[in-house]
Amino acid sequence: MSTAATAPTTFDPYAVRREFPALDQAVHGKPLVYLDNAATSQKPRAVLDAVAGYYERDNANVHRGIHELSRRATDAYEDARRRVGAWVGADDPAELVWTRGTTEAINLVATAWGLDHVGEGDEILISVLEHHSNIVPWQLLARRTGARLRYLELDDQGRWILDDLDTLLTERTKLVAVSHVSNALGTVNPVREIAKAAHDVGARVLIDGAQGAVHAKVDVKELGADFYAFSGHKMCGPTGIGALWARRELLEEMAPYQGGGEMIHVVGRDESTWAGIPHKFEAGTPNIAGAVGFGAAVDFLSGIGMDAVAEHERRILDYANERIRELDGIEVHGPRSPAERSAVLSFSMEDAHPHDIATILDTEGVAVRAGHHCAQLVMKHLGVPATARASFYLYNTVEDVDRLVDALRRVRSIFH
Amino acid sequence: METPQLSSLYQQLILEHYKSPRNKGELEERTVEVHMNNPVCGDEIRLQLRVEGDTIEHAKFVGQGCSISQASVSIMTTLLEGRSLSDAEGLADRFTEVMHGDADAARDKSLGDLRALQGVSKFPVRVKCALLGFDALREALRQSAAEPAS
Repeated sequence: MSTAATAPTTFDPYAVRREFPALDQAVHGKPLVYLDNAATSQKPRAVLDAVAGYYERDNANVHRGIHELSRRATDAYEDARRRVGAWVGADDPAELVWTRGTTEAINLVATAWGLDHVGEGDEILISVLEHHSNIVPWQLLARRTGARLRYLELDDQGRWILDDLDTLLTERTKLVAVSHVSNALGTVNPVREIAKAAHDVGARVLIDGAQGAVHAKVDVKELGADFYAFSGHKMCGPTGIGALWARRELLEEMAPYQGGGEMIHVVGRDESTWAGIPHKFEAGTPNIAGAVGFGAAVDFLSGIGMDAVAEHERRILDYANERIRELDGIEVHGPRSPAERSAVLSFSMEDAHPHDIATILDTEGVAVRAGHHCAQLVMKHLGVPATARASFYLYNTVEDVDRLVDALRRVRSIFH
Repeated sequence: METPQLSSLYQQLILEHYKSPRNKGELEERTVEVHMNNPVCGDEIRLQLRVEGDTIEHAKFVGQGCSISQASVSIMTTLLEGRSLSDAEGLADRFTEVMHGDADAARDKSLGDLRALQGVSKFPVRVKCALLGFDALREALRQSAAEPAS
């Protein structure tokens, strides 16, 4: 058998798993099975090393110093921008603005674009499927401008009902803001279709990519996005770093989001002029180490190959779907067709409340999320107070699914 | 951290109250109603009391949520009838001590069936569930004391 150090041709989730130190631990005396990836992913050694290495060698402020460390920090920061931008298909790194995460990216658009482009009587179209972070910023904008929020409704599988799109989209629609993939149900949304319809009436399109850029590379232009918001921490990167991609001409005409250092050109007593994009939107010392870590995360994922990851996740989800149905009284929410579903299994169990499910699973070492998943409108639509959610990523294995099913049997034995 | 035992959390009495809650439903002749929810998990309780003078004449609730929150409020309502407002406040205080891990309080017989919930104190993220009904009770007591029913 050859032990030559050649790149693996097949995807090995067990080898991938060993790259993630946090996965190698016992919880309540049992090996950890981490199935809360839609909340946040674990971090590979490569990302941890990149962040530590930055602080150990290159730490300095960016775009300010003449000295060597400042040059290195600036290079690392801007090089990460180029790589993370490329992950979503940006060929111009200036179109990528660093933010704290998806939430801040959406708020940035609501403030810096929305206040100048949305007025009284205008409409913003979102969907019932949205995470609160893609609802509340638009409610705030609507309240400040007198605009009106309209909603795409859902069918019984948690998919958009596009039949009444013609009446929802009018010349009053200034923005369509929708998620690429639902965090609560895993629905993969037909964003291309809605982006095209939105552009036909002259509306701009924001895509909440928090769960979208995670499982596959994204091509923002092919999707038809004007704005694409996403986070580092859900795709192996650190918390506290995310990005807004937007088309250059939109960013150029937008007002700054916050005022401070780095975003200025010349400051006078009464007036100042702004730096160019993207720095106009990055007031203050940014999360440099976070950006470096995010860059390392996309390098890590690129190195593994997202086609292989997608195929692996599909296999795990299919297996989970099949095995969970062995149990009595389980209802799986969301689309039934695998093609319309990302690696999320949101479910209810007869008699057992999701909160109780999560506690019992935790004592078995299995981490899942229970609750409304920051999507109270989705829960209301499903007619449930909450769901339990197991969400999978590249390092999850069929054995993890087996542990989940065994733990759910334990739930049944208590709540029968 | 030592692994808490599930059996200490899901006592038979708790599961029984969860499946067959006592005093669940609308209280027609109520003098006070308090709505409490836990935005993290969606548990919710509407506690309704009929207070006459200084005495709780009747207590009912409407709600939905996990076994701990619903069993806790169910047991609580069985202990409120005939109590004075300050006595009910004392019950809430004593039970809160149990939830914060006070072993003496956990042995206090005056807590009646609420003692079945003492295992919750070993599951810190679930303590809020057990206290939801008592949060509603405290608010109801405060309102009743501020505006005594005639």
